[in-house]
Amino acid sequence: MIHKYSIDGMNIVLDIYSGAVHVVDDIVYDLLDFYKEIPNDELIEKFKEKYEIVQIEEAIEEIESLEKEGLLFTEDAYVDYLTEFKNRNPVVKALCLHVAHDCNLKCKYCFAGEGAYKGSRSIMTKEVGIKAIDFLIEASGNRRNLEIDFFGGEPLLNFELVKEIIEYARSIEKEHNKNFRFTITTNGLLLNDEIQNYINENMHNVVLSIDGRKEIHDKMRYTKNNQGSYDLILPKLKKMAESRKQQNYYVRGTFTRENLDFAQDVIHLADLGFQQISVEPVVAPLEMPYALREEDLPVLFNQYEVLAKELIRRNEEGQAFNFFHFMIDLSQGPCVAKRLAGCGSGSEYLAVTPEGDLYPCHQFVGLEDFKIGTVFEGITNHELQKQFQDCNVYAKEECRSCWAKFYCSGGCAANAYQFHKDIHIPYKIGCELEKKRVECALYLKAKLAGL
Amino acid sequence: MKHVKTLNADTLKKSMSKGGCGECQTSCQSACKTSCTVANQSCENN
Repeated sequence: MIHKYSIDGMNIVLDIYSGAVHVVDDIVYDLLDFYKEIPNDELIEKFKEKYEIVQIEEAIEEIESLEKEGLLFTEDAYVDYLTEFKNRNPVVKALCLHVAHDCNLKCKYCFAGEGAYKGSRSIMTKEVGIKAIDFLIEASGNRRNLEIDFFGGEPLLNFELVKEIIEYARSIEKEHNKNFRFTITTNGLLLNDEIQNYINENMHNVVLSIDGRKEIHDKMRYTKNNQGSYDLILPKLKKMAESRKQQNYYVRGTFTRENLDFAQDVIHLADLGFQQISVEPVVAPLEMPYALREEDLPVLFNQYEVLAKELIRRNEEGQAFNFFHFMIDLSQGPCVAKRLAGCGSGSEYLAVTPEGDLYPCHQFVGLEDFKIGTVFEGITNHELQKQFQDCNVYAKEECRSCWAKFYCSGGCAANAYQFHKDIHIPYKIGCELEKKRVECALYLKAKLAGL
Repeated sequence: MKHVKTLNADTLKKSMSKGGCGECQTSCQSACKTSCTVANQSCENN
């Protein structure tokens, strides 16, 4: 399987099963449409009016050579590998700890319903937090690197517990041959020097929520007094980013139908000096006025191109920044096993509620049918665990034939469930946006490589 | 080659031989939390 596209006159061809990426001229780009369908002499006949025969012959030779080297039209070699992979014993290696089902903001688009996740507001106890660490150590088998993300609601509302959990995990990691990596996702409102220093000393990564331009941010993210939060958080977020030397953090925003020109929000964040930026599409029920619709896709596609071109320009001017969704590690990226498995929700990755209940991920919290166990009893719903473990790209009809399957790894199970009540049917708008992001990311890579 | 410039070779296929250790970061822990973004993760073995 191949996928080919052009952006701004650059022709890019992906060989899906080998992972190869090529930049080709117009002749090869045209020939590839028919190369597998008709013999070479007919191919020459077809294009001889448009290109010189000698050029066509040369291009065909190059295509043949790539095919022989396993860099074009490579066959799917992963079906047998998948069977072996599916028989692995599942281990849990990452937990999203909901230390507070409460929030000090009431963002309009919050999937967690102001932090309460369809339940009542609550705070995780020390007993649950400690038990979650014990559960992870036991359920992780031989995996050494373990991750804990402190999430909410707003995790800084329960920061004392965050510190106690970290202290406990650090005190026992060596004896169990584990290496904990901690991250925190916060709206920044409660950040101060003391918390900032603690985070910098103890957290591998920090995700700071901000949507972009003040008017955009304040329309969605406001305090309990209906006051926009932009001015309250911006100085704290800037300080945090600087204190981490612009590394190992993200400012993370959400764009909605109310700012379809979201590239301007990314650029705004870059202009503020942030160098690690993630701005993502809202996932919301279609009846919400701010939900993205299929008819918005052409505008959004264009925005990703605008952003890619802006990144190229800023790179040339020495003002580069990272846009999370354009970062693709071609040479040292994830292995095919990880790409087949996807995000690992429900198998390698679980969310823990303040009460100690386990769910396949933070987005399933509150959906009672998806409760998979507790930190006290471990995983009890093994049938559900198996469903998630088997939910790989080859288990999804639409993903099998999609060129982007090894980049997105089958998409988000929670989004699939939200729109189709089935974790195996991908959320279409999400897929279309992901495909465009991959195209732009590879275009950006090729441009920066001087091709 | 005159008509083709290769940006990346067959790294995906080659990763079959050494992959699957599972020591890498869980993708949703990195920054997204609402979308599945796997290809930008790094391999711990490189």
